[in-house]
Amino acid sequence: MLDARILEKLREIVGPENVATGVQEMICYGYDATQMEFLPECVVHPDGSAEVSLILELANREGFPVFPRGAGSGFSGGSLPKGGGVVLVTTRMNRILRIDTDNLVAEVEPGVVTETFQIAVEKLGLFYPPDPASLKFSTLGGNVAECAGGPRAVKYGVTKDFVMGLEVVLPTGQVIRTGGETVKGVVGYDLTKLICGSEGTLGVVTKIIFKLLPYPEAKKTMLAVFDSIDGAARAVSTIIKGKIIPTTLEFLDHATLTCVERRFNLGIPATGRAVLLIEVDGDRDLIEKQAGRIHTLIEPLGVVQFRVAKDAAESEELWRVRRLVSPSLRDVNPDKFNEDIVVPRSKVPDVIRRIEQIQNRYDIPIVNFGHAGDGNIHVNIMIDKSVAGQEEKAHEAIKEVFQAALDLGGTMSGEHGVGLSKQPFIPMELSADQVAAMRAIKHALDPKNILNPGKMF
Amino acid sequence: MTKTKIDPLKRVEAEMKKCVKCGACRANCPAFSAFEREPATARGKVALAQHVMKGDITLDDGTYSAMSKCLLCGSCVDKCPNQVPTDEIVIATREALAQRRGLTTFHKAVGQVIKTRKLMNLGALAASVLGPLFFRKVPATSGLRLRFPMPFLGGSRHIPQIAKKPFMARHPEVIEGEPGKPRIVFFVGCMTNFVYTEIGEATLALFKELGCTVIIPGEQQCCGLPGMSGGDLDTVRELAERNLEALEGHRADYVMTACATCGGALHKLYPLVIGKRNPELKQRLQALADKTVDAAVLLQKLGLDPEQTGAGEALRVTYHDPCHHRTAGIAKEPRALLKGTPGIDLVEMEGADRCCGLGGTFNVYHYESSLKINAGKSAAIRATGADAVVTGCPGCIMQLSDGLKQAGDKTRVSHTVELLARKIRR
Repeated sequence: MLDARILEKLREIVGPENVATGVQEMICYGYDATQMEFLPECVVHPDGSAEVSLILELANREGFPVFPRGAGSGFSGGSLPKGGGVVLVTTRMNRILRIDTDNLVAEVEPGVVTETFQIAVEKLGLFYPPDPASLKFSTLGGNVAECAGGPRAVKYGVTKDFVMGLEVVLPTGQVIRTGGETVKGVVGYDLTKLICGSEGTLGVVTKIIFKLLPYPEAKKTMLAVFDSIDGAARAVSTIIKGKIIPTTLEFLDHATLTCVERRFNLGIPATGRAVLLIEVDGDRDLIEKQAGRIHTLIEPLGVVQFRVAKDAAESEELWRVRRLVSPSLRDVNPDKFNEDIVVPRSKVPDVIRRIEQIQNRYDIPIVNFGHAGDGNIHVNIMIDKSVAGQEEKAHEAIKEVFQAALDLGGTMSGEHGVGLSKQPFIPMELSADQVAAMRAIKHALDPKNILNPGKMF
Repeated sequence: MTKTKIDPLKRVEAEMKKCVKCGACRANCPAFSAFEREPATARGKVALAQHVMKGDITLDDGTYSAMSKCLLCGSCVDKCPNQVPTDEIVIATREALAQRRGLTTFHKAVGQVIKTRKLMNLGALAASVLGPLFFRKVPATSGLRLRFPMPFLGGSRHIPQIAKKPFMARHPEVIEGEPGKPRIVFFVGCMTNFVYTEIGEATLALFKELGCTVIIPGEQQCCGLPGMSGGDLDTVRELAERNLEALEGHRADYVMTACATCGGALHKLYPLVIGKRNPELKQRLQALADKTVDAAVLLQKLGLDPEQTGAGEALRVTYHDPCHHRTAGIAKEPRALLKGTPGIDLVEMEGADRCCGLGGTFNVYHYESSLKINAGKSAAIRATGADAVVTGCPGCIMQLSDGLKQAGDKTRVSHTVELLARKIRR
């Protein structure tokens, strides 16, 4: 599809050193964290909206697909060039343009790594809370495109809650700005929110204006081990009902605990059936009080162990339980399907029970952990792909897990997005009319369907 | 050694499957930080190796180029959620490349030098790790067909002086200590023997001070790491065997080295590359690996009192962790000894355990990128305001010195043992 003439034009736009066509480069830009693989025909590394605009104009004229990509760490295949075409990598645009301490806003380019940005604002006593697990390598552009979440979402919200404005190159090449840097602003449609989470199908983000917060004075980490999954789940609602919004409320089920404990021996009592990792942040005196109150509130719910970190080192020690989950899971089975359903907080125990039933019915280990505080559960279906029939079984189980989440008033994805991997399940969650409305938006902005085609719906 | 070639990639096939392409390696890879392109990441290299195995890409220049962009520093392995040993995968792929395409001219020369000459032989001055030096003496028009672009040589690089007399030529093979005290075999390494002889002298002095008997076997060879770096695993295996012969026995309690790289070869590389083909040899190499210990670690273990050996002028120093120490879990020991040395004020730099950018022969092929990685290191060193940067690897010393000199900086670069022996070597 891409002839020599088009490649030559791409080289003119971004410079020959920023265009690759060799098979090795194609392989290395053909994967993401889903382990799916689709090789592009060309990879371009533009710098700035002008170059991105020229690439998209050319794509419209010549009719080739363009797939925006950040760090390629997505969990849904959103950046993969299915069907071939051009991968447009945003990582050369990696400058933090300004951090405005008067107005608590920052302007960045999309290729900035999330953690790099966090460190930069923290040096000024400011705070950018969204903390996807991939924050050490994922890019802010990717975070915006997928509307990344993270453990701190319970209190602070997700990426879109911090995006005030964007510079976006539309699929047809026009460069527009959306939103701005004022707290209020109601002129026109809220295109900023529309672009957040649009998975690179409606435009290429080339600048982002983020809202910042003052960095909290202190934080306190607690670990509570429960003798039942119900106890842990009820603790989540009890804390929230008790008018405390913790920064994080991470949850590990019994299967997860068994994995971690078997491998790393962290001293979780054998009677433990579930763990909550609770963190509060804010004013030093306030969080002391909150920590005490949390203990009192959840104590009657079958707590067999309650630990409070005295300092940063101890806090890190408690977090280890959560961080060691991923490395431990492979002990169960070599391959995993990592889903991220969400249910209303109070429905967490119900959904866990439903998943247990699904696990028993399909006889596949399912390990659950994640962000119980906002009802976002990482459901890991552990299989061995080399065993015939397991992958198909897993797909059936996933479908039932999604249905369970939907029945309880939830959604099939809280932060990973649809991309390619959840595409087949879309009709379970979205009505034909909803999809038609979304398609109308897509068609209006991208009439030739050149930007990240074949994704989402 | 058996002549039948086993595909080296088979050795790591199962390990490759562990990589889920999550991208965590992007955060930690010094080569990626310099090249900023995905083929330089660990997952990129694993993906390429997997495609080579599947047979849908060949071991051509593109694959070679991607595989050459690795310092084998092990940073990605440390931080990988699935503990994928990308360093071993890269070594295996480089070996496969070397088997199928032949070694590069440069690596062929490296292999020649490091395996045909004994460490004692001054002729070997054309020396192994000092590829660039050696190449200056090889006409660019030599009849060897150039398969790959000639590595970057010379130019602005600061190349250390070669010692007038190698360390090993100055000392007898056995330096008797006190009876009942440990007997230590000293694996000197090329850099210490030919360039940084002061490291050898300081090491020797310190163990003499402890009453140890120090044995410096004359038959010891280059550790072979420069060969491994280019995929010349046959040379590494040959050197492993010869070093085994030289270092085994001597009724020694320890095999000690003051070079992190050599330590890495003895400790990890040898048992790894010998594979399952020769179980007896593998067992002996494992025994050698178990006996191998870093100089600073052993000095601390044997209770060196740096107050007695190292007291000297007031000096603010910062410590750089060599990759081959980091991957072996060595970090506390040299620091503890330095902190216990009167006059030494140890301040930590940012990213002390980040690779300096030398990476075996990486710096020969990718000198610009190597410098880029090194520039970050130099900046971190300078930010501490230290008078000297201290480390446990002569390779790092060469690279750090080059970087600091390029930056016009006068910060000294020393080996831990040099500071620990200040008083007794005065």
